[in-house]
This record gives sequence, structure tokens and C-alpha cells, in this order.
Amino acid sequence: MIILLVLPIMMIILFGFGINTEVKNSKFAIYDPSNDVATQGIINKLNTSEYFTIAETVNNPSEIEQIFREGDVGFVLVFSENFYQNMLHTGEAQIQMITDGTDPNTANTLVNYAMALIGEYQRELMQISHIPFQIQPEVKLLYNPGMKGAYNTVPGVMGMVLMLICAMMTSVSIAREKELGTMEVLLVSPMKPFIIIISKMIPYFAISLINLASLLLLAVYVLHVPVNGSLVTLGLVSLLFIFVSLALGLMISTIVETQLVALLISGMVLMLPVILLSGLMFPIETMPLALQALAQVLPAKWFIEALRSVMIKGLGFSSIMKEVIVLSVMAFVLIAASFKRFKNRLE
Amino acid sequence: MKVITANNITKRFGSFTAVDNISFEVEKGEIFGFLGANGAGKTTAMRMLCGLSKPSSGSGTVAGFDISKQSEQVKANIGYMSQKFALYDDLKVWENLKLFAGIYGVPAKEIGPKTDRLLANLGFESERNTLVASLPLGWKQKLSFSAAIFHNPQVVFLDEPTGGVDPVTRRQFWELIYEAADNGITIFVTTHYMDEAEYCNRVSIMVDGRIEALDSPKNLKQQMGAQNMDEVFHQLARKAKRN
Repeated sequence: MIILLVLPIMMIILFGFGINTEVKNSKFAIYDPSNDVATQGIINKLNTSEYFTIAETVNNPSEIEQIFREGDVGFVLVFSENFYQNMLHTGEAQIQMITDGTDPNTANTLVNYAMALIGEYQRELMQISHIPFQIQPEVKLLYNPGMKGAYNTVPGVMGMVLMLICAMMTSVSIAREKELGTMEVLLVSPMKPFIIIISKMIPYFAISLINLASLLLLAVYVLHVPVNGSLVTLGLVSLLFIFVSLALGLMISTIVETQLVALLISGMVLMLPVILLSGLMFPIETMPLALQALAQVLPAKWFIEALRSVMIKGLGFSSIMKEVIVLSVMAFVLIAASFKRFKNRLE
Repeated sequence: MKVITANNITKRFGSFTAVDNISFEVEKGEIFGFLGANGAGKTTAMRMLCGLSKPSSGSGTVAGFDISKQSEQVKANIGYMSQKFALYDDLKVWENLKLFAGIYGVPAKEIGPKTDRLLANLGFESERNTLVASLPLGWKQKLSFSAAIFHNPQVVFLDEPTGGVDPVTRRQFWELIYEAADNGITIFVTTHYMDEAEYCNRVSIMVDGRIEALDSPKNLKQQMGAQNMDEVFHQLARKAKRN
């Protein structure tokens, strides 16, 4: 009942606020070998706008990739040398914008905003100095030079599918036994509750392993999404996420009494936020802070990030430490809580 | 030999006392009817006897094992048939029997032959491979009972086993119960069909969590000057506050 009332509210908040493609205070970095009035002017323009904030200054081009590994900065602005001089003498000046191609949506949005601001600066300068010149921004996407959407969607879909199979199917399956009354018979039998739970989770665990394998095969050979990082790391973090999803399904099953409610909760309450907030479709940075905070609670968000890091950026285990820890804690908490609830039901 | 003993069993949920100080004993081979209106505390009491929940106070034994401290052994030595005839709809008849037999530790070698004998006895051989979902209600009921006693428990608990079934099928079902009792299995059955109370050796009637009557149907009718168990029940139930 409560779900029927709360759900529409939740949906409008998520859709209304979540799908917000505006950019605010997005962090960027600069590599500025010229350091002249023009470059300062452009940097200033970006920094003082509400859309961007300067995060750091790079002294060496080799540091650029490191910045993206850390994952905080949305794009790096690179000026050519003698920027202002070039503008005056040749009428052209080069700017390069390097963005994180693992998320082409965000990259695109950031580039567009930045280019609009640079264009504005260009017009203002032309009005003042009456020098005809062109600032040509070159856009470079790291990790995904072809700007293939699949690089973004495949990790996202993998997260979604695994969560769907494990959480939804497990919770519905256990709820069905409750609804039909067979759970009661199992509980009266000598079978330990722990065994009952494990036996409900094993089939979906096996199915998700098969799904994981087939998704990866399709991603690599048909969609040409690379697995640049180690397969072992990929496998391990996926196993961890599958575990979290199964535990989530278990938790839901201890709350509901019927299959329908289990389906509703895992479908709407889980899937919808995952689709909208995990960064699958819309960049997390562009969402209001409240929704960004909500996104942190979703296991899928952490998994998708880890997947992107390993598959597309080719990073190793140490880079996804944060995600691994968060997912492990989530798994532990969910399993402990579900067990406690399950045992309490028996008393 | 006393297969079930209950000594001052009480169950409280917060301030609500669902079962209030009940005591009784059931002999081996008895058919013991556990009657009472809805909300009288029958199900709660039965759950405690099955090892599913622990008494707030008091003690009891089932098949010789303490229901509070040895609930695992209790579970291994009883059979249970639930109100919904809980069987797996998408499994076949013989698969359901195999599943429950396995859960109760019947050796694998015995399951096959025993299934055959049981199905022959019930006249079910032709339905051996039918999915339970397609069985009529009466057959599901008989199958559920058979699955509950497959492992030859000392006592079988039946929770409203004849709900929703026509009178003829109900009679047939009671034939099965008599057969099991003749084979030494003690039957503990809850029901609110008062005519079925007549089939039991002894009945107890719960009102508001307490046992207000405990005797054979014949004696109870005599004591209360009633024509049938229905009247006996109504006389006692009138005192009830919970409904």
C-alpha cells in the first residue's frame, strides 16, 4: 500500500531532478605552458562561471593521465605554447580539451559548456581588441577515442543485469515460498535455515555467472568494448557485486510477505534508482547533491565505477580498492541484517 | 508412552498472552484433536510443539525431546502438514515425495520402493508423473499427508488439514489418518470442523489461550449435556473474549 503511494513521488523526484543535464562546479585541471593574458582570461572565464571550478594545475603533460585515474576531474584544458602570441600573429590559437571517454555523455556535456564559454571569451576579446582570430578547441577523449557509447553503457548494463537477476529473482523466489506456505514446511523440517537460504541463492548465483560470462563475451567480441585490465580483477569484483546483490535480494525477502511486493520493491525501488542514478545514463556530477548522496548508497554505482576503471581504463586492483571495500561492507551488513531478521521470524 | 507432554506452556508477545498456561499429554497412537476458535491460540501452541518458536515459560516434550532445548531433534522426529497443503506445484508427484523424504533423511535406496507402495496404496500410480499443480484439491491433500508421514515420524501435526475440501473427500482423508494411527503414528490435528472432532480419541478446546476442556468427545458431550461437539464447542466459546 505504502509503495503505491510513495512510488509516484519517488519517480518524479528521480526523473525530475535526476535527469538534469546541467553542469555545476565541475572540476577541471589546466596545463598552461604559455601563462599569458589570453590563457589567464580563458581560465578565469571558466573558473568564475558557475559551471566550472579549477581543481589543479598540471606542470607536465605526463601528469594528465594520472589526474583521470584519480577520477575527480572532468576534463583537462591544455593550451599550446605562446598562445597569445599565436593569436595575434597567426590569427589562430589551439586549445585541447581532454576528457574522460569512459563516460561519453558527461564528456560531451562538459566539452559543450566549456566551448560555449571559450566562444564567449573569444567574442569579448574580439570586441575589445578588434583582432580577428580563431580559437580552435580540439577535443580528445581518453580511453575511448572513438567516443563509443558502448564503453559507457556496457558496464552500466552489466551492473543492472546482475543486480536484476540476483536481487529480484532471489527475493521473489523466497517470497513465493512464503506465499505458498512451503517455507513454513521447510522451517519445520530438520533443514537448517542457513541451508534453506543458501539453496535459494545458489541457482541465481550460477545463472549470474553465466550471464557475466556471456555479457563479457558479447561486449568484447561484438560491441568491441575492451577489457584492458586484468580479467581476474574483473572477475573478483563482479563476484563481490553478485554477492551483494544476492544479499540484497535476501534482505528484501525478509521484509515482504508476497511475491508481488518483492517484485515491486526490487523492480521499482532498486532498479529505477540504479538506472537513473548509477551514472548509467546520466552523469552523477550533474545531479543535485541530495541525489548524488543517494547514488552513493547504491551498490551498483560502485560496481559500475569499478568496472569502468578495470575494463576501459585498464586499472589494477589498487585503484578500485575504495569500491571493493564499500561493496564488501555492504555485503557484510546486508547478510548480517538478513540473518538476524530470518532468525527472529522463527521466534 | 507419552508422545507429547505440555507443562504450563505460556507464550507472550509483548503484553498479549497468546497461550496461557496450557498443560496436556498425548499417548502414542492417539488421534488428538486440538480445537478452538480463530485467535484462540491453537496455531501458536502448535508452533511451539513443532519447535518453531520457544515458550515464554513452561516446558514440553515431543517424541521425548524438549521443545525449548532440543528443537532440532523435535523437528527430525515429527511430520507436519500445513494448512495450504504446501507442496511444490511445479514438481511431479513422485518428486515432491522424494524431496521431503530426502529432507527428513530417509535413505535414498528406500525412497523409490516406498514411493511405489505409497502411490499404490492411494491409488495414485497413474498420477505419478503429474505436476502437483494439476491435481485436484482432494488429491493434493492426500499427497501432502503422505509426504508428511513418509519418514515414519512418531507424531504428525496437521494444521487444519481438511480446509476447502468436500465432505466425501474429507471422509476419505480421515481413513488415511486412521490407517496412520493404526500403524503407530500419533496424530495431532487442529480443525474447526466440529464433526471431525468426533473422529478423535480425545479433544482439547482452547478459548482465549487456555484449555477449557480436555476429554474424549463422548465424555464431553455427556458432561455438557450436548447432542454433538458443535454444541459443546458453542457452550464453551460463548465465554470467549477474543472474538
